[in-house]
Amino acid sequence: MKFEHYGIGIVKGMALTFKHLFRSPITVQYPDEKLNISRRTRGNELVWFPDKCTGCGTCTKACLQGNIILATHRGEESKFIVDKFEVDTGRCIFCGLCVESCPYNALAMGVNYECAKYRRADLVMSKEKLAVSDSHKPSAYYRPQFDGQLPEQSLLLYDRDEGGQKLKFLPLSKRKRGPGA
Amino acid sequence: MPIKTEQFYLNVGPQHPSTHGVFRLRLSLDGEVVTDVEPIVGYLHRGIEKLAETRTYTQIIPLTDRLDYLASMTDNVAYCMAVEKLAGIKVPERAEYIRIIFSELMRVSSHMMAVGFYLNDCGAFFTPVLYMWREREKILDLFDMVCGQRLLYNYMRVGGVSQDLPDEFMPAIKKFVAEMPRYIGEYNQLIKQNEIFLARSKGVGILPRETAINIGASGPVLRASGVKWDIRKMDPYSIYDRFDFEIPTGEAGDCYDRYWVRMQEMTQSLRIIEQAMSQMPAKGPVCADVPQFFRPPAGETYGYIEAPKGNLGFYIVSDGSIAPYRLHIYPPTLINITALKDMVIGWKVADLIIIFGSMDVVLGEIDR
Amino acid sequence: MTLLDQFQLMLKSLGWPDWAVYLTPAIVGILIIIIFVLTVVIVFIWWERRLISRFQIRLGPNRCGPEGILQPIATAIKILLKEDIVPEKADKLIHFVAPIIVFVPILLIFAVIPFGAGAILVDLNVGIIYVIAISSISVIGIFMAAWASGNKYSYISGMRSIAQMVSYEIPVVLSLVGVALVAGSFSMLKIVEAQSIPFILLQPLGFLIFFLGSLAEMNRSPFDLLEADSEIVAGYHIEYSGMKFAMFYLGEYGVALAYSCIITTLFLSGWQGPLLPPIIWILIKVMLVFSVIVWIRSTLPRFRVDQLMAFAWKAMLPMAVINLVIIAIEVLLIPASLQWVMLILNFGFAGALILLWSKLFTLGGGRVEV
Repeated sequence: MKFEHYGIGIVKGMALTFKHLFRSPITVQYPDEKLNISRRTRGNELVWFPDKCTGCGTCTKACLQGNIILATHRGEESKFIVDKFEVDTGRCIFCGLCVESCPYNALAMGVNYECAKYRRADLVMSKEKLAVSDSHKPSAYYRPQFDGQLPEQSLLLYDRDEGGQKLKFLPLSKRKRGPGA
Repeated sequence: MPIKTEQFYLNVGPQHPSTHGVFRLRLSLDGEVVTDVEPIVGYLHRGIEKLAETRTYTQIIPLTDRLDYLASMTDNVAYCMAVEKLAGIKVPERAEYIRIIFSELMRVSSHMMAVGFYLNDCGAFFTPVLYMWREREKILDLFDMVCGQRLLYNYMRVGGVSQDLPDEFMPAIKKFVAEMPRYIGEYNQLIKQNEIFLARSKGVGILPRETAINIGASGPVLRASGVKWDIRKMDPYSIYDRFDFEIPTGEAGDCYDRYWVRMQEMTQSLRIIEQAMSQMPAKGPVCADVPQFFRPPAGETYGYIEAPKGNLGFYIVSDGSIAPYRLHIYPPTLINITALKDMVIGWKVADLIIIFGSMDVVLGEIDR
Repeated sequence: MTLLDQFQLMLKSLGWPDWAVYLTPAIVGILIIIIFVLTVVIVFIWWERRLISRFQIRLGPNRCGPEGILQPIATAIKILLKEDIVPEKADKLIHFVAPIIVFVPILLIFAVIPFGAGAILVDLNVGIIYVIAISSISVIGIFMAAWASGNKYSYISGMRSIAQMVSYEIPVVLSLVGVALVAGSFSMLKIVEAQSIPFILLQPLGFLIFFLGSLAEMNRSPFDLLEADSEIVAGYHIEYSGMKFAMFYLGEYGVALAYSCIITTLFLSGWQGPLLPPIIWILIKVMLVFSVIVWIRSTLPRFRVDQLMAFAWKAMLPMAVINLVIIAIEVLLIPASLQWVMLILNFGFAGALILLWSKLFTLGGGRVEV
């Protein structure tokens, strides 16, 4: 090792680190401040539209793990009535291939990401839990018709008053006492 | 009179803060000097090649995501290109440009991760990592905007990409490409002339030119040893022949050169992204019409691209049915690691960690 | 006359028996010092984590208590509640005794640090030499911990520790002798009183050598090979958990506090300052020195062991000797009223020596042929 630059390299590095003291940190204090996620998020859930589903079973063939279980019986006018539509979200990898393959737009990905449960068996979603509702909204992944219903994504590129994530200046820490993580 | 010493064996085990995954090395040490090294892989084997024999061609794409999980887009691109070569499918123009933009963004992100953790192995306590990750967050936000996920994208399809770009993508990426050179300048200010870093990595772990060519190394490891070999220029795939960029090489093949080649490649990738953004057609189809259960003609093919880690190739044998008969993956990092014995023996334990970090290993690729 | 001496005289004049007059000031002083050290170490742990986070563009711990001030206490409680595991192949007695040998000498150093005019526990007339001698005892403790753990990683760390800590003692001692020459005595009180111009300006090269040497003694970046997280996974305290690990952890910050106080006393003119009371000045200066230590930790990568040894023996030791010779000649030739001349001369010599050494010498070996 030679001190090729008389120690100037070390000093330059330390000057850069010192300059960062005056930039605001980019931490988002999660339970108190939540960012808007992408409109096309593949989230942690599936959303099913019971009025559009015809029970064709294309999604079950598209799933690479075989997670979707579908059971139907013939009703009047030789349409299928769906008895059982279950997705094991514990094994699902949320790749979205089932959403892409549905010919009737009856499946979409969900926007919730706080879906932790206490028991593994609770992760198997039956058709009531999967149906679309106010607490179970669809995301715009492969379904551009839902683009308007979702807020814009907050990007780190833009400042926070432009709807982005980056803060202009933050003193030591700015938080309200939330209910705890 | 030489002192009588004894060799002892140290197991740098599968759980270690610096092996970048579950990788095991059995070392024989003489004091601090390494006399023999034996890598043991297989702790992350998931049987991707076997699983691929029972999945359709579209269903294999999420499986290929999980090979080099830090650079999923390029894994997808390599696989899709191999299948398109087999079946003779033509990809629309707009989709080609989108593929190139995302491959180069992926290269920037993967190199930032590699350099950041290389410096973490050198001992700088996470500071370079966090500075580089701030920019990587911006890239991951862009990926999130397009395909909904931040790490394992499943974005490329056989015949194009799966969805078109949203409207807010172009202004965002223009802002990113305009801001990025300033941050690369900051990284250079922090690291490039730092004497301690130079002392740790200049002249350490030299991979001579002949050895690199003989073992079949590829990627930044090969280019740092002085061989000007990049598949994007030598055997251009997709539309890389329309862009103007350079291939950085190193001279000595030591750890410093591997780091510097990666930093320069980041700048070249930004050049390619700028050119692609200006040449891209504003509207058009983004995927060729390929059915869900798609049957390519029987035959075999080998498709390869320049992934951030090297030459990633897919060898597909098809018998005309909806699933491939055999899929074999050629991982660049596994071949690069075969040089570990030449590079490490004679150096100290501290250097072993540095050399291993500079080769930028991801266990998902090695073990498949 | 230190404050405790005056307290003793007062007790004697009140008519207390002899043994009480002898013991009471001592016990009071010791209690004050222990409380001071433990409190400030806890503040240091908090300050380091917040400051390093600001260098890394993130927030540090800010949930436990207002702005995270109770975080170190939460850490301490967590460590205390952990199970104390002793590995099977470990040497039980030495494994038990090692943390104590590492931690106690650090508390002993504070006996000779002045916190104000006359506010010192005992004014030894060999103050500096006492400090150096006591801080060398921790080295034995670290080696005992490393050897007795029965683990190959801590064995490598132990071998490195002896080499590192012994070789960095010598430049440190030589630069301290330079300070003592200018001040005219070894006693810490008299050294502070002799600093009308702070010694950092009078002896920049001596300060630099002492600072780098003390970073090596504290096992802090860039010399933290003993517990290199990425190579030997926590080094000498791999096999420790529970209260024993807490002693190592507190000991690391305790020695940082001790060396910050020593640097403040020797080079930054201790408690002297214009407006505020002396204890506030001491705290400000100690925090400043510690902040610089944290700043260095957050930026620089670490050395390799042979480069470290070469740096100590080939760069710091000759420079320390030359520095001592220059200062000795200056003390002989320059009268006390013209001390600012020393300042100019010393800065010039420091710059010239650093340039000369950067040109001339190369450290660290290449590949060893096996």
